[in-house]
Amino acid sequence: MSGGHKLSGSGIRFLGVLGSGCREAPAHRLRLTWAVNQPDWTLQIKPWIFNKYRTIWSRSYGVTFSCLNRMKRPPWMRLYSTSQTTIDSSEVKTFQALAHKWWDEQGVYAPLHSMNDLRVPFIRDNLLKAVDDHQPGKPLSGMKILDVGCGGGLLAEPLGRLGASVIGIDPVDENIKTAQHHKSFDPVLDKRLEYRACSLEEIVEETIGTFDAVIASEVVEHVIDLETFIQCCCQVLKPGGSLFITTINKTQLSYALGIVFSEQIAGIVPKGTHTWEKFVSPEKLESILESNGLSLQTVAGMLYNPFSGYWHWSENTSLNYAAHAVKSMVQEHPGSAEFVLKEDTEELQANTSPSPGVPEELKK
Amino acid sequence: MAARLVVSRWAAAPVAARAGPLVTCRRWSGAAADTVYDVVVSGGGLVGAAMACALGYDIHFRDKKILLIEAGPKKVLEKLSETYSNRVSSISPGSATLLSSFGAWDHICNMRYRAFRRMQVWDACSEALIMFDKDNLDDMGYIVENDVIMHALTRQLEAVSDRVTVLYRSKAVSYTWPCPFLMADSSPWVQITLGDGSTLQTKLLIGADGHNSGVRQAAGIPNVSWNYDQSAVVATLHLSEATENNVAWQRFLPSGPIALLPLSDTLSSLVWSTSHEHAAELVRMDEEQFVDAVNSAFWSDANHTDFVDSAGSLLQHALALLRPTKVSARQLPPSVARVDAKSRVLFPLGWGHAAEYVRPRVALIGDAAHRVHPLAGQGVNMGFGDISSLVHHLSSAAFNGRDLGSMSHLTGYETERQRHNTALLAATDLLKRLYSTRATPLVLLRTWGLQATNAVSPLKGQIMAFASK
Repeated sequence: MSGGHKLSGSGIRFLGVLGSGCREAPAHRLRLTWAVNQPDWTLQIKPWIFNKYRTIWSRSYGVTFSCLNRMKRPPWMRLYSTSQTTIDSSEVKTFQALAHKWWDEQGVYAPLHSMNDLRVPFIRDNLLKAVDDHQPGKPLSGMKILDVGCGGGLLAEPLGRLGASVIGIDPVDENIKTAQHHKSFDPVLDKRLEYRACSLEEIVEETIGTFDAVIASEVVEHVIDLETFIQCCCQVLKPGGSLFITTINKTQLSYALGIVFSEQIAGIVPKGTHTWEKFVSPEKLESILESNGLSLQTVAGMLYNPFSGYWHWSENTSLNYAAHAVKSMVQEHPGSAEFVLKEDTEELQANTSPSPGVPEELKK
Repeated sequence: MAARLVVSRWAAAPVAARAGPLVTCRRWSGAAADTVYDVVVSGGGLVGAAMACALGYDIHFRDKKILLIEAGPKKVLEKLSETYSNRVSSISPGSATLLSSFGAWDHICNMRYRAFRRMQVWDACSEALIMFDKDNLDDMGYIVENDVIMHALTRQLEAVSDRVTVLYRSKAVSYTWPCPFLMADSSPWVQITLGDGSTLQTKLLIGADGHNSGVRQAAGIPNVSWNYDQSAVVATLHLSEATENNVAWQRFLPSGPIALLPLSDTLSSLVWSTSHEHAAELVRMDEEQFVDAVNSAFWSDANHTDFVDSAGSLLQHALALLRPTKVSARQLPPSVARVDAKSRVLFPLGWGHAAEYVRPRVALIGDAAHRVHPLAGQGVNMGFGDISSLVHHLSSAAFNGRDLGSMSHLTGYETERQRHNTALLAATDLLKRLYSTRATPLVLLRTWGLQATNAVSPLKGQIMAFASK
């Protein structure tokens, strides 16, 4: 493995097993400090450590959080986006080949394509609840939506077709390029969608209180500082706006199925995509949402059937789940939000009618 | 990861096989001026026009651009002609529901149509017969002239001209398919070149261009088909006397079935499938001889044999013992007095079924996907059934913001319709072959089979339900 950037298949499996097998925190930190001393070798070979390494690197640059490591990005993509010295022309070609994988419906991102069957109706129906009537044909027209971590635009495009104006942001340039390229062929989508390669923090100032909805789908399990992320999401939302999150729960089951089975055994998800420690449970998510002035309306479990390739709604939230939270109408400081929140949620509970296909779990 | 790669290669192989012919992907060369339509329907016949109408009136398609390409001129019917057209279709209740969903049925009702309440089908070689009717004598189906249906569809299309554009006298001469994977400079849409040289792009191409479908051939979809050694003769007949005329009659002669479909109290439409030579002779002969031929085809018992007759009556007695209340005596159709001048036309018959109904960004409906013998009156009804299913799938895809040309909902349409159509196609072909012979064993088999089916009402009910979807 000297000097080579390409990891052999067996190498990945070996490291993957090591990485996921080691759940003890001290061992991680040990490897981490060791890694810092030998940057090149770390970058090339140890993707799961690289995750932590990059955290330290980015912290030292004053960025308190980052939308890192999408579910979709294989290890060597991270190399390109942070380290300038290890760019290899063959790697660049690999990135381009992979960037196109976004829109291959039977390819690596097939589970994300089929997840649209759940997330688009979830978002659409919850947004339509808030309006009295809508234009048939483009039910979401007039709505401004921010898609954080949009990747190749898999979720932004359906929402654009439903009439919404969508701004998609992603820190990886290639993803934005792929997304822009894909939308450029459709004149209607070209006008409704806008993509930017940046992080959420960078656009907070210019977009305070402008969005009807913010979507962070398959993102919060890759974010370093969830508190700040949610805070920024709340800032860019209009009062009464909606925040949609889909992510993975932190349970024994999600470790067994989400990491061991999906990544190592079945290869449904590229290895090293997820770190179990960063999974977020609905309870933790709810507490962070509440402390930022967002009230959780719906939590619904999602289950993926790897044989059929389809997702299903479920009562069980121990694997994947979708959450819908609403920003309170009154602008309050986060500390004193609780009084007002309780009243608002009682109001919303009375007004909210259960949407047909989605089991509701009002957590109160 | 390695395991995943292997799986996806396996998965990619059948997908690639369905990706269309391997043509070089054309470059996206300044074709930005091309209009990008959401759906283009190629072929403006009964099924194509109805498809464009159904999409135009669908609530989730309000924002979409639909185009219908028709090679012929626009058929304008200022006034309904006194004489009935000789091309008629039997419209099932399911098809009538589809037509009323976008308002075309109201126009048909205001023009003319004939409901029939009973259908008698019997054999020329025996006494066996089967009688279909609904419990409370509801309408079983409607006989409508094709021109009337076409006019109703044209009027409804005009009413949604902001959403549906119709190009008359335009024929698509070539299609260019998108590459399976999005590459730089290649358009993901289907490009269509028209006869006048103009090009346009579409996200979904629907082929409704008949049994010699250009779309199907260009997409390289394999098609199983054969020609029957039969042609159908159609004519408009005047009955000897006015009757209630709400019964459809069909008799299976060894040369082919002959059917009399009610048009009005005094008029009926004839559909007589017979050998090519006999069909040509029928069209050639003078009117008196033709009328005699028709009457004797319905009334003559020349093909009966004693053996089969006695075997048939044996079973009839047995069935009567089991179900004494049911009495189906053979009735005779009304006699024919005259035939409309110049209304005799013949056309060849065949059978066809496309191996696939869908490819990425392409779907086939109507005769482009399946072609059937008219003996069951199901040809256009299967096409309307295709429309109902495809519009349902496209509508929910549009409401979910999906790319309309995506295979996920197109394969749903294909599975649903192939299941229904394959059964019907197989059954009609079987019936045609079974009734084309005079061989005694087969005659006996079909006589007993028909009598038994006639006695079992639930079975008849199932058959009617299947055919009226």
